[in-house]
Amino acid sequence: MWTKEDIARRIALEIKDGYYVNLGIGIPTLVANYIPADMDVVLQSENGLLGMGPFPFAGEEDADTINAGKQTITMLPGSAVFDSAMSFGMIRAKKVNLTILGAMEVSENGDIANWKIPGKMVKGMGGAMDLVASAENIIVAMQHVNKEGESKLLPQCTLPLTGVNCVKKVVTELGVFDILPEGGFKVVECAPGVTLVDIRKATKGKLVD
Amino acid sequence: MNKVVSGAEAAIAGIVDGMTLMLGGFGLCGLPEKCIEALVKSGIKDLTCISNNAGVDDFGIGLMLKQHQVRKMIASYVGENAEFERQLLSGELEVELIPQGTLATRCMAAGYGMPAIFTPAGIGTEIAIGKEIRNFNGKDYLMEMAFDADYAIVKAWKGDTTGNLIYKSTARNFNPVMAMAGKITIAEVEHLVEPGELDPDHIHTPGIYVHRIFQGENYEKRIEKRTVR
Repeated sequence: MWTKEDIARRIALEIKDGYYVNLGIGIPTLVANYIPADMDVVLQSENGLLGMGPFPFAGEEDADTINAGKQTITMLPGSAVFDSAMSFGMIRAKKVNLTILGAMEVSENGDIANWKIPGKMVKGMGGAMDLVASAENIIVAMQHVNKEGESKLLPQCTLPLTGVNCVKKVVTELGVFDILPEGGFKVVECAPGVTLVDIRKATKGKLVD
Repeated sequence: MNKVVSGAEAAIAGIVDGMTLMLGGFGLCGLPEKCIEALVKSGIKDLTCISNNAGVDDFGIGLMLKQHQVRKMIASYVGENAEFERQLLSGELEVELIPQGTLATRCMAAGYGMPAIFTPAGIGTEIAIGKEIRNFNGKDYLMEMAFDADYAIVKAWKGDTTGNLIYKSTARNFNPVMAMAGKITIAEVEHLVEPGELDPDHIHTPGIYVHRIFQGENYEKRIEKRTVR
């Protein structure tokens, strides 16, 4: 079984030299720690920054320099700042090569739900709806089951959708799953110590092994 | 073309109950905090506020919410604000959540004089309900209308007396597109300088979009999530 750090490390293997990458909040943020140093990768933060660097050292925080999760961050040499309209312009125009985000539910045809639980949680979609509507390469990082132990990989999402038919890959503590164009979660890799039986038990959507 | 006013109170003159305001900033970063202070003091109410977020309980738009000055909030992300959530769930506050890129681009459209834009964000979701959908090159797009705001209130790093603005770092965010979108645009700046002191090549918002400008004092610039290595 993988930890959150393991999930992030596994997703980092999907990043290629020369990629512009948008990382969502939560596990996706950790992916930045595992990008090989010799790889030329630029991180986009949708509040208007290309070239996001690590968190600042204590005492060097700048209130004017934050990421989309509102955390203080630094900029690397070669960074560029722009307004929110241009930020989503480059996302819509498919200039960002890879989008990694969290989810509450993913369906076997690649639908994603991650912005609202009716009557319980109202936080909003932020930039997620724009990202999933335009990105061609979307990886979801999430836990395989929710707090009640119910599968988050489903035949159909039950929560309000963020986007349809858009997720290409899901990485959970149990393994790596490709979403097939004809529908279904294809098991690409099992986490250490995890069997197909374990995965089958935790997955409500159609599994292809 | 001198646009300078004496301060935040003078800058918000003309804003009355029931108006629609745009407020720049992303979270608490690049927030027009001096004008928000003045709006809180003014007691103006029944406002529709267009802003990416709703502030936190004790800073930003959260201060206006606490006083029930906001009737409707149009935003993309409203977490981190308990009072907001309470008013929303109790029905005291009307809320329209829209995708962040749609929010930015609807501002941009207003500033560019375009009535509407087409975006794929929200296709197949509840956001699309009741909206016109057009297919271009095999892909569906939602028609979203340009915003129509009475006042846009933005924060810049530097500005000159004619209203030219320069923003700093990611405090730029929604400020330039909102500055373009108000019928009247108010800019508060950390440094107000004379014409000629800003390099024309470095201007982010040309002064034609700005109607009133003032230098704020003692900016708090609160950090929402201080995170260090």
